[in-house]
Amino acid sequence: MRIGDRIFKILAVFSSLIIVGLVIGLFIELLVTSIPSIKKFGIKFIIDTVWDPVAEKFGALPAIYGTLVTSLISLLISFPISIGIAIFLSELSPPFFRRTLSFIIELLGAVPSLIYGMWGLFTLSPLIQLKVGPFLQNILGFLPFFQGYPTGVGYLNAGVVLSIMIIPTISSLSREVFMAVPMDQREAGYALGMTKWEVIRKVVLGNAKSGIFAAGILGLGRALGEAVAVTMVIGNFYNISVSLFSPGVTITSVIINEFVEAVGGLKISALIELALILFIITFFVMGFARYYILRRIENK
Amino acid sequence: MKRILILVLILLLVTNVKAAMLLNGAGATFPYPLYARWFYDFEKISGIKVNYQPIGSGAGIQQIQAGTVDFGASDSPLPGKDQQASNLIMIPSVAGGIAIVYNIPGVGKGLKLSREVIADIFLGKIKTWDDPKITSLNPNMKIPKINITVVRRSDGSGTTDIFTHFLSLVSPEWKEKVGAGTSVNWITGIGGRGNMGVAGYIKNIVGTIGYLELTYAVQNNLPYAMVKNKAGNFVYPEIPNIEAALENFPVQKDFYVYPIDAKGKDSYPISGYTFLLIRKNQGNLEKAKALISLVNWIYKEGDKTAKDLYYVPLPQKVKSMALERLKELNYQGKPIH
Repeated sequence: MRIGDRIFKILAVFSSLIIVGLVIGLFIELLVTSIPSIKKFGIKFIIDTVWDPVAEKFGALPAIYGTLVTSLISLLISFPISIGIAIFLSELSPPFFRRTLSFIIELLGAVPSLIYGMWGLFTLSPLIQLKVGPFLQNILGFLPFFQGYPTGVGYLNAGVVLSIMIIPTISSLSREVFMAVPMDQREAGYALGMTKWEVIRKVVLGNAKSGIFAAGILGLGRALGEAVAVTMVIGNFYNISVSLFSPGVTITSVIINEFVEAVGGLKISALIELALILFIITFFVMGFARYYILRRIENK
Repeated sequence: MKRILILVLILLLVTNVKAAMLLNGAGATFPYPLYARWFYDFEKISGIKVNYQPIGSGAGIQQIQAGTVDFGASDSPLPGKDQQASNLIMIPSVAGGIAIVYNIPGVGKGLKLSREVIADIFLGKIKTWDDPKITSLNPNMKIPKINITVVRRSDGSGTTDIFTHFLSLVSPEWKEKVGAGTSVNWITGIGGRGNMGVAGYIKNIVGTIGYLELTYAVQNNLPYAMVKNKAGNFVYPEIPNIEAALENFPVQKDFYVYPIDAKGKDSYPISGYTFLLIRKNQGNLEKAKALISLVNWIYKEGDKTAKDLYYVPLPQKVKSMALERLKELNYQGKPIH
């Protein structure tokens, strides 16, 4: 090998090692900094529901709950819409329209999250408080999810804002998966006398099942970690409530809110432990999705 | 090429000479709009540049303790013994009032609220605006029957510190259940991030009540309440009433003080100082002198700008006490003059 090639190889290996090192280093740093909190609260940190900086009592359950609930709402809303977009783009749309629409969706993904937060606060919250909330209570008020006074901000608002933010992720990934379904399979379907709908449902969706599942999980991953927009519309009330109208907190919103003015070692340590929990949740969610995609590729 | 290099070198030298003195400060966000104006004006007349980073009171205290800045700034006072322990002095720079703001359809500025009612609202005990406890204080106002939504800061803040000290003072129940601090375990309501976050919630959500620094209440055109003071009068959070409160509230040498519930017929009951933190033992004589001249300039020339921006100038006696404290600064064991 020429000397230049060798140097280049070393450099490339080194660059990729930096990433691995960064992730491991980040994990270790989070772990070490949260030791005071882990020691003080132990496993109770995950199941306690109080966040009281005055008495230095910290529990993470409402934050974990809020993170999961808002992410699930967003997935429930965005997943069907995204699949619809992806089917339209890959199967139904004329080529010119496809390019324009793809571009607009990608643009949606590039809008700063702050903008979505402002939309949630200025437009969506009065709408939920005065229109959507009373409407839902009228027809579904017997369900515990829709009880209590709608203040406009809370789990529902955050879930809707998040769903708009993750539609680009899920729809563009699903489209890729649909496009990857071989053309001859579709043609085989038509040859058997299937209608367009049957081809989409049985051939395309059937083939792409694990792929769209992975796309959903990756969208979920983005929703779990979103911070700025959620903080603006979640309501920041440290509690657990089944009602989707109720204000709550997420892991990221607690960290954003409390970190800047945090005084005292224990509180900072508890905040870092929250970050550690989010790190672990995201790590497993992403790992799960990757595993699914890999399996799909290997099956081919 | 050579000529250009020489030119660049000369330019560098010249700019170096001009940027001779730079003071670095960091901390509180509440006085930042005023500090930015003050430091700009100060640089124009003195040539001393002040670089201020509004990174939050807690971080400001940490930075001055770590010695990475020339002065720190905080909205909540550091107790005297902590000042001693870190070899710091703390002096107030300016003061401000905290307004109770609300969004009730059809109700403008001047809703009358007693201390007990404010505490009960924030304790979640008064739930609707047409509660007899509120309507009996405001017989002339038509208050609709809508739910009260409490809005407070979700981030740690000096404003919350002052407001919760007020609630703890007027309500034993609040003191026992929640207490006071830059961030507390709220019983009810929704949290907005920063003064702007709270203002945003109050503007957009019907039936809300919250607390804001006066500046933000005025800038956002939000109606604010008259609060009953110690003397039994309902007063607005306006500059003369806050000045009256500061005038009537005794301060100690360490300035660890919350000027809350002051006596006097015009005194507005919820106000607070914001502070500068300076190291006692100065390592650089020129910088120390610059700092002292900065504080002197603020006390002498800063009042008008402060009032323009709805901050409240310090009473004369507080200024003289602070200047007295400034004499504790020393360089290599010798006082600085």
